Amino acid sequence: MKISAIITLKKDVLDPQGKVIHQALDGMGFENISEVRQGKYFEIDVKENDPNKAKAVVEDMCKKLLANLVIENFKIIETQ
Amino acid sequence: MKSSVITFPGSNCDRDMDVALKKFGFHNKMVWHDENELPKSDLVVLPGGFSYGDYLRCGSMASKSRIMQSVINFAKSGGLVMGICNGFQILVETGLVPGVLLRNKYLEFICKNVFVKLDNKENAYFKNLNKDILEFHIAHNEGNYFCTKDQLKEIEDNNQIAIYYCNKEGKIEDQYNPNGSIKNIAGIFNKEKNVLGMMPHPERMIDQSLSGEDGSIFFKNLMNNIK
Repeated sequence: MKISAIITLKKDVLDPQGKVIHQALDGMGFENISEVRQGKYFEIDVKENDPNKAKAVVEDMCKKLLANLVIENFKIIETQ
Repeated sequence: MKSSVITFPGSNCDRDMDVALKKFGFHNKMVWHDENELPKSDLVVLPGGFSYGDYLRCGSMASKSRIMQSVINFAKSGGLVMGICNGFQILVETGLVPGVLLRNKYLEFICKNVFVKLDNKENAYFKNLNKDILEFHIAHNEGNYFCTKDQLKEIEDNNQIAIYYCNKEGKIEDQYNPNGSIKNIAGIFNKEKNVLGMMPHPERMIDQSLSGEDGSIFFKNLMNNIK
């Protein structure tokens, strides 16, 4: 089953790319933005039918490789 | 004295490091990332470059490659492990040294000479060095050292800051910080001081006619400390 993981930078970590994207959007006329934070999205097809087990596997992946917990948080979503 | 330089797919300073180590008397071996075991070594170097194309996060894929378990065991048993530039990024991803290296503050790839000040000579790398301020070269996109407040306190309490970015006179100020690193940090030790990660490249400063000699001073001293 497909499980998604969203990795975002923690609040107190500077995100210069997000800032530049914010400025660009602002310049394009999207003026109602207070902040942009850039992150990563993974879609992982796990050979597992139990959603809880599949999520647990992806959580382990996030902790060990996909996210760096010093600077990033992760959120796991069941997509299918 | 024996050294090993690990080559990952995408390493590009491995041969420069090989030249530098041999120039100052090391019997150096190049070790491919897919090997299981390190050869007998007094020093292991993780070189600069773009291992695995910097996929996911710089150094993250390399930190999981086969040889790294052997490197981690070597470091944990007290062996000297030095990571330069991408090697530093690999070290933080293994957790051997604390913190992470973020994208440079102004989103530019920085390639220039910088001065760094040594903070701690109670270790095999800098002991007996007769200079406190060295001129090295940096070339990186992700060298912005970051750690949590708790980690910073621990790093400072344990004297783990190896080198700071500074000016020619050794002044450590914001204007001499090229990449936004916390406290101008350019290099970090582990608690035991046998593992050193730093962004600057000493191996690019081993020839007066090409660049400078402060790398020569560093490697000569390192050789004397190890033998």
